[in-house]
Amino acid sequence: MVSEASSISRDGSNIASEADRIAQYEAHIRQQDLIFVDRVKRFLWIIVRACLVIGISFIILYPILMKISSALKDWDDLYNPMVVWLPEHVTMENFRMAYKVLNYVPTLTNSFLLSAVTMVTTVLSCALAGYGFARFNFKGNNLLFALVILTILVPTQTLMVPLYMHFRYFDPLGLISLFNGGKSLNLVNTYAPTIMLSLTANGLKAGLFVYIFRQFFRGLPKEVEEAAIIDGAGVYQTFFRVMLPNAVPAIVTVMLFSFVWQFNDVFYSSMFMSQSKLISLALSTIGGSTAKIVNDQLGQQEGAVVDPAIIQTVVDAGILLAIVPLIILYVFVQRWFVESVERTGIVG
Amino acid sequence: MRKRRTLSLMQKRNYKGIVFILPWLLGFLFFFTVPMIESIRFSFHELTATSNEGYSLRFIGLDNFRHALLVHASFNRTLTESILNMVINVPLILFFSMFAATLLNQSFHGRTLARAIFFLPVIIATGAISAAEVSNSLNAMVAGATEEGGAFESIGILRSIELERILVEAGVSDTIIGYLTGAVNRIFEIVTNSGVQILIFLAGLQSVPRTMYEVAKIEGATSYEAFWKITFPMISPLILTNIIYTIIDSFTDNPLTELLMTTAFSQLNFGLSAAMAWMYTAVIGIILIIVGVLVSRKVFYNN
Repeated sequence: MVSEASSISRDGSNIASEADRIAQYEAHIRQQDLIFVDRVKRFLWIIVRACLVIGISFIILYPILMKISSALKDWDDLYNPMVVWLPEHVTMENFRMAYKVLNYVPTLTNSFLLSAVTMVTTVLSCALAGYGFARFNFKGNNLLFALVILTILVPTQTLMVPLYMHFRYFDPLGLISLFNGGKSLNLVNTYAPTIMLSLTANGLKAGLFVYIFRQFFRGLPKEVEEAAIIDGAGVYQTFFRVMLPNAVPAIVTVMLFSFVWQFNDVFYSSMFMSQSKLISLALSTIGGSTAKIVNDQLGQQEGAVVDPAIIQTVVDAGILLAIVPLIILYVFVQRWFVESVERTGIVG
Repeated sequence: MRKRRTLSLMQKRNYKGIVFILPWLLGFLFFFTVPMIESIRFSFHELTATSNEGYSLRFIGLDNFRHALLVHASFNRTLTESILNMVINVPLILFFSMFAATLLNQSFHGRTLARAIFFLPVIIATGAISAAEVSNSLNAMVAGATEEGGAFESIGILRSIELERILVEAGVSDTIIGYLTGAVNRIFEIVTNSGVQILIFLAGLQSVPRTMYEVAKIEGATSYEAFWKITFPMISPLILTNIIYTIIDSFTDNPLTELLMTTAFSQLNFGLSAAMAWMYTAVIGIILIIVGVLVSRKVFYNN
C-alpha cells in the first residue's frame, strides 16, 4: 500500500504523504536542536557551578594560604617588593620560634585533654537531660524545656560577672564556709569551673546540645522503649543499654561540636583559667610574647617596639601550628558531619 | 482512713524522668538562675570590692541605666551598630547558606572536598584566631604603621586594601569606595559565618523525599517551579532554626560584647556592665520574639 502511495506521489497527486515526511523531518531536526540546547545548558551550568564553588572555596581558603605563605617567609623577604606569595628564602625559623613561644607540646596536650574531658562530660549530661525531657511526662516538663531554650538565648556576657564572682568566692549554700572557718574557696584559675559547668549541662552552648538530644530521642520509635520495659529493664538500664547505643548520630554531632568549641574557646578560658596552659589562650597573647623574645634576642630594652611585620610572620606560624591538629582531626571526622546532623532529627 | 491514690506504672515512670534532668537542673539553678538574679541585682547597685575578699553594694536605683543611655560615650552608638549589623547579616547569611547548600547537594566531582572546605571556617575561624590577629594589628597600629608598602602585604586579615587603593587612584568618590569595600568585607564575614547554617540546610535538603520531585517532573514542572513549590516549603522549618541560630551566634563576637567586657574587667564597673548587658538582652529578646512569631506563621509544617 505504501509503495503505491509513493508511486502516486511522483505524479504530484498525493502531496499529503510528502508533507508528512517533511513534517517528520522537521520535527526530527527540532528535537536534535532541543537536545543540543539542553546539552549546552547543562554544560554552561557545570561551568558556572565550578566557578562558584571554586570562588567561594578561594574566599574561605585565602586567609590560610596567606598565613602559610607568610609563615614560610624569611625576615629579609618581608621588605622585598618582588615577593608577594612565594617567598624567596623558605625558612622554618618562624615555626621554630612559634613552637617555643607557644610551648607547643605541653600546651597542646593540655588543651586536648581538657577538651576531651569536657566533651565526654558534656555528652553524658546533655544526653541524660535530653532523654529526660523527651520521654518522660512529668509536671513542668515543658516549662523547664522552655528554660533550656532561655539558656541558649541569654548572651553569656550578661551572666559573665556574677558567674565569675560565683567561682571566685565559691560558697554554695554557705556550706563551704562552715567547714573552712568562714572563708570561701577560690576556684578561679583551676579547671573546676569548666568541669562543673559541663557536668551539669550548663557549659559552652550546652542548651543547644540538650535541644539536639531531645529532638533525637523524640524521633526514636516508642516501641523500642516499650519492648525494653516489657523485657523488664529498669529506667536506667533502658537508657544505657537501649537508647544510648541508638543515639550514635546525635552523640557524634555533639562530640564534634563540643570538642571544637571547647578547644577554640577564649571567652570562658580567659575568665576561669587564664593561668593555665591552653592553646587558645597562648594564641591570643602570642604577639606580645614574641615581641618580648625578639627584644631579648636583639638586646634591646624591654618594651621597645618591634617591627610588627616580623611579629606577624611568627603569629601566622603559631596560628598554623594551632590549627593543624584540628584540621587533621577534621579530615578524619568530616564525612560524619553531614550524615550525623541529618540523622539527629533536627531536620524534621 | 483515707485511701491513697496509687500511681500507675507509667506515672511512676514519669517521675523518674526528674532524676535524668537532675544534673541539668542543679546546674541551671546554680550557674544560671542565681547569676541571673545577681546580675539583675548588680545592675541596680554600685559595686566596690572591699578589702576582706568580698564586695559591697550600694543601691543606686536606675542610675546605671540612665548613665548607660544618656551619659556613656559609646553605648548607644555601639548598640545600634551591633543591631544593624546583625539585621543586615542575618538575611545575607541565610540566602548564602541556602544557595551554598543547594549547590553542594548536586553531585559533581570533588563534592566531598567542597563540603569539607565550606565547613572549615566553623573549625578554624574562631575566637582564638581572631584574638591573635587583633592583638597583632593593634601592635601594628601602635607602632604607627600607616604606610603602605611591601611589608604590610602580609598583614593577616582579609581586607580589601588593594581594591581600595585602585579605586582611590581611579578617582572614585569616597562614599562609593566606602560602600564597595564595605560590601566586599562583608562577603568574607558572611562566608565565614555560614558554616553551621550550610550544614543544617544541606541536611534538610537531603531529607526532602525524592518522590516529590519525580511526581513534579512527570507533571511537567520546571526546576524553578520545583524549587519554589517543593524544596522551599519543605525546608521552611529549618529557615526558622537558622534565623534563631544566626541571631544567637552574632552575640559572641560583636563590638557591644567587647564593650561589656571592657567595662566590667578593665574599668571594674560591674554595675554599669550588668545594666548594659540587660538592656542588650532585652532588645535581643524583643527582636527574637518578633522574628519568631513572624516567621513561624509562614512556616509549612509537613504534618
